[in-house]
Amino acid sequence: MTTTEMMTFKTEPFVLNFGPVHPSTHGVYRMRATLDGEVILDIEPVMGYLHRGIEKLAEERTYSGFIPLTDRLDYISPMSNNLAYCLAVEKLAGIKIPERGDYLRVIMAELQRLANHCVAVGSFLNDCGAYYTPFMHAFREREKIVDLFDMVCGQRLTYNYMRIGGVSQDVPDEFLPALKKLIGQFDRFIDEYERFLKQNEILLARTKGVGVLSKETAINCGISGPVARASGVSFDLRKVDPYSVYDRFQFDIPVGEAGDSYDRYRIRIEEMRQSLLIIAQAVKGIPGGPVRADVPHIVRPPKGEAYGHLEAPKGELGFYVVSDDSIAPYRCHIRPTSLINLTALREMVKGWKVADLIAIFGSIDITMGEVDR
Amino acid sequence: MTWWPGNYWWHWLFFTVVLIGFVLVMVLMVIYVERRALGRMQSRLGPNRTGPFGLFQPVADAVKILLKENIVPDKADKLVHWLAPVIAFAPVVLIFAVIPFQNGALLADLNIGILFIIAVSSVTTIGVFMAGWGSSNKYSLLGAMRNVAAVVSYEMPLALSVVATVLVAGTMSLNGIVAQQTIPNILLQPLGFLIFFAAGCAEINRSPFDLMEADQELVAGFHTEYSGMKFAMFYLVEYAEAVAIAAIITTLFLSGWKGPGLPPWLWFIIKIFVVFFLMVWTRATFPRVRIDQLMAFAWKFLFPLALINLFITAGQVLIWPDGLPWYVIFINFAIAGVLILFGSKLFKLGWGRSEV
Amino acid sequence: MTQPYPVKDLATTLAEQFPGAAEAAGDNCLLVRAASLLKVMAYLKGTAELDFAYLNYITAVDYYSYFEVVYQLTSLTHNHTIVVKTRCPGRNNLSVPSVTGMWQGADYQEREIYDLMGIGFKGHPNLKRLFLWDGFPGHPLRKDFQP
Repeated sequence: MTTTEMMTFKTEPFVLNFGPVHPSTHGVYRMRATLDGEVILDIEPVMGYLHRGIEKLAEERTYSGFIPLTDRLDYISPMSNNLAYCLAVEKLAGIKIPERGDYLRVIMAELQRLANHCVAVGSFLNDCGAYYTPFMHAFREREKIVDLFDMVCGQRLTYNYMRIGGVSQDVPDEFLPALKKLIGQFDRFIDEYERFLKQNEILLARTKGVGVLSKETAINCGISGPVARASGVSFDLRKVDPYSVYDRFQFDIPVGEAGDSYDRYRIRIEEMRQSLLIIAQAVKGIPGGPVRADVPHIVRPPKGEAYGHLEAPKGELGFYVVSDDSIAPYRCHIRPTSLINLTALREMVKGWKVADLIAIFGSIDITMGEVDR
Repeated sequence: MTWWPGNYWWHWLFFTVVLIGFVLVMVLMVIYVERRALGRMQSRLGPNRTGPFGLFQPVADAVKILLKENIVPDKADKLVHWLAPVIAFAPVVLIFAVIPFQNGALLADLNIGILFIIAVSSVTTIGVFMAGWGSSNKYSLLGAMRNVAAVVSYEMPLALSVVATVLVAGTMSLNGIVAQQTIPNILLQPLGFLIFFAAGCAEINRSPFDLMEADQELVAGFHTEYSGMKFAMFYLVEYAEAVAIAAIITTLFLSGWKGPGLPPWLWFIIKIFVVFFLMVWTRATFPRVRIDQLMAFAWKFLFPLALINLFITAGQVLIWPDGLPWYVIFINFAIAGVLILFGSKLFKLGWGRSEV
Repeated sequence: MTQPYPVKDLATTLAEQFPGAAEAAGDNCLLVRAASLLKVMAYLKGTAELDFAYLNYITAVDYYSYFEVVYQLTSLTHNHTIVVKTRCPGRNNLSVPSVTGMWQGADYQEREIYDLMGIGFKGHPNLKRLFLWDGFPGHPLRKDFQP
C-alpha cells in the first residue's frame, strides 16, 4: 500500500435512528439519519405514531361536539385550535360574534401565544444543552398563565373554551385584576430571561448561521409563523388578514433576516413582548355585554364550504369545513402547521452535525399532535 | 503521633480503608449537593423528602440502583461489557493515593505525585471506550468516540497548566506543593487555574462539555445499555472524578489543607465543596458545545494559552528564584486578562456546515 | 384583508389560453380539469399580476361518485387568494398530477392524501404512505371505509 492509501481511512455512512421514543423529539417523531461520522448526509422522517384519525372523527360529531377534539391537536396551544375551528364554522354559517366575546377571544389567544413561546424557547434552549435551567424558569412563568386559564375555564391543558358564536362563559370577577398583575410582571421576566443567554458565546456559536432557511424556500414550502418570519417573510395573518378584532390594536411584527436558529429564538421572544402589548390594549378596551351569540348548541350551517385560518403561535392554522346541511361536518380538514413546517427540515439539516439536528429541530417548534392528527 | 504503630503495613491498611470510605462518602454528599444546588438554581426545590432536607436521597438512589436487574444486550461483547466499569473506576480511586489530607497524611508521598495523577487518570478513558464498544449500540459508540477525542485533546492544556504550577512550587510532590504555597497559587496563576478548570471539566464530561452523555441527543451516550450495579459504577465514576478534579484543584491552586482555626482535613473538605459548587454552577448556566467546537476550543484556544502561560511562569521563576513576591499577582492577572481577551477575538469556535 | 380573487375574469383569460381547462365555480373557486392542472397552476404561479407563490393547503373530499382535490393559493405580494379544485371521477385508480415540482410544501400533504384517501399523484418523488404502515388495508378517510 502506498502512503496515501494507508493514510486515507475507508469510511462508510451508517443509519442512526432517532426516536420515536427519545428524550428530545418533542413528541413521538422518528428520524432515520444517514451519518458519515458526525456529519448528517440525509434524514428521512417517519411519522404517524400519534395518528388518531381526528379528521374522520369530525364527521361523526356535531359541530360543537368537535371542539374538545381540536384541543388535542396542538396540545401546547389549544385556545388557538379552538378559535380557528370556530372561525371556520362561523364563516360557513354567517354568525356574528358579540364584541365582548371577540375581545375575550383575543386575550385568550394572545395569552396562549405567550404560554406556547415559553415552552418553545425553553425546549429550544434545553436542546442546545442548557441543562433545563431556562426551561424551568420559562415554565414557572407559564404556570401563572395556566393558572389564569384554570380560573376561566377550569382546565389547565385542554381548555375547550371557545364556542361557535363566542366563548363558553364570561370571565370571573377576579380574572381581569389578576391579568393586569401578570402583565406587569411578565415584561420584566422577558427582559431578564432574554438577558440570560442573548449574548452567550456558546449559544451564539451553536445557533448563529446554523440551519439557515432562505426566504424563497420558506415561501415555496408554505412555511408560516415565526420560522418564516425569521427568514424574512413578513407574513402575519393578524395584520395581513385580520380576524376577530385584531385590526383595532397597534402592534409590530418582528421580522428577521438571517433565517438561522438564533433568529428564530429572538423572534419568539420579540413576539412575546408584542403579545403583552396586545393584551394590555385589549384589557383597557374590553366592553361589557354578552359573550356568546344566540346560536343553538346543535348548529346546522347551510350547504357550502369555508376555510377559516388564524395566526397560531406556530404558524398558520386553518380549518377547511364542508357542510351538507346536517348536524355533523361532511369533511373537516385541518391545515397542519407543524407538518408543513417540517417540509424544510431536510434541507436545513444537511451538512450539519448530530448535535445541530436536535437544535434545529427544536428551533422549528413542532408538536406531534398537529403533525399526525 | 505517639499512638501510631508506625509500621508501613498499618499505614497502608489505614489509608486504603480511609480513602475508599472517603471517596464513597464524598460521592454521596456531592450527589446531594449537586441535586439540591441545581434544583435551587432552576427555581425548583431539589430532593427534600427522604430524610431531613433530603439528606438520605443519595442513599435511596444507591439502594434503588443496586436492586435493579442487570440487563446485558444480546449482541454485546460480554467480557468487555463486564470489565468496562471496573477499568473506569479503579484509576479514579488511585488518584486519591497521592493527595494530602493533612501535612504528611497521604497514602504515598511520591515525589512525582502530579505526574502520577495525570498518567493514571487517562486510563479511565479506556474503560469508557470499552463501555461504548461493548454495548453493540450505535449511540454508545458515538458517545464513546466523542469522549476519547475530547479526553485526548484536553490532556495537553491540563498537563501544561499543571507544569506551570510545578515550576512555581519547585516540586512535583503534592504535599510539597501545598507546603510551599504561602500565597495560594490561584492568585499567582489565574490563567493556569482557569485553563485547568476548563480542561478538568472537559475531562470528566461535565457541562458545558458534557456531550458525551448528552441527554437530548444520544439518550445516554456510552452508558445507555448499562443498568444495575454496573450503571452505579459509572455514576460513581462520574462523581468520583468530579471530586478528584476538585481535590486536585484544591491542592494545586487553593493551598490544600492550609487554613486558620479548623482542623486541616476539614479545610480540605470545605475547599473541595467550594470547587464542586463552582462546577455545579457552570452546569446550571451554560448551554452545551458541539464536538468540533469542543476540539477547536482545546487546540486553538486553551493549548496556546497554556503554552504562553508556561513561558511567562518560567520567566518569572527565573527572575525571582526564591519564591514569587506578592506584586507578581497583579502582573499575572493583567497578563491573563489581556491574553484571554486577545485570544477570544482571534478565535473562531468550530467550523460551520460541511459540504455533502 | 386578503381579498378573494375575482374568478370570472380569470376563467375567461384561462379559457383563451388553455381552452376547456378551467371554469369558474362559485365566487372564489376555479374548477380545473385534471389533465391540464399543471399548466394552469404554472400560469397562476408564474404570471406577475397573479403571483400565487404560497400554497396554503391541499386536501381532498369524498363526494361518493367523485373525489375532489382542493388547493388554496395565496399571493403574498398582492394579498389575494384563490381556491382551485380538480375532480377525479369514480372510486378506483384515481390519479392527479403532483404539484411538488412547483411548491415543495405539497410533498407531505400529497402523501397524506394518498395515504388516507387513496388518490395517487403522478410525478411525486416519494409517494409512500405517511401515517399508516405500508400494508394497511384500505384508505380510512373514504366514506365507505369499514374498519
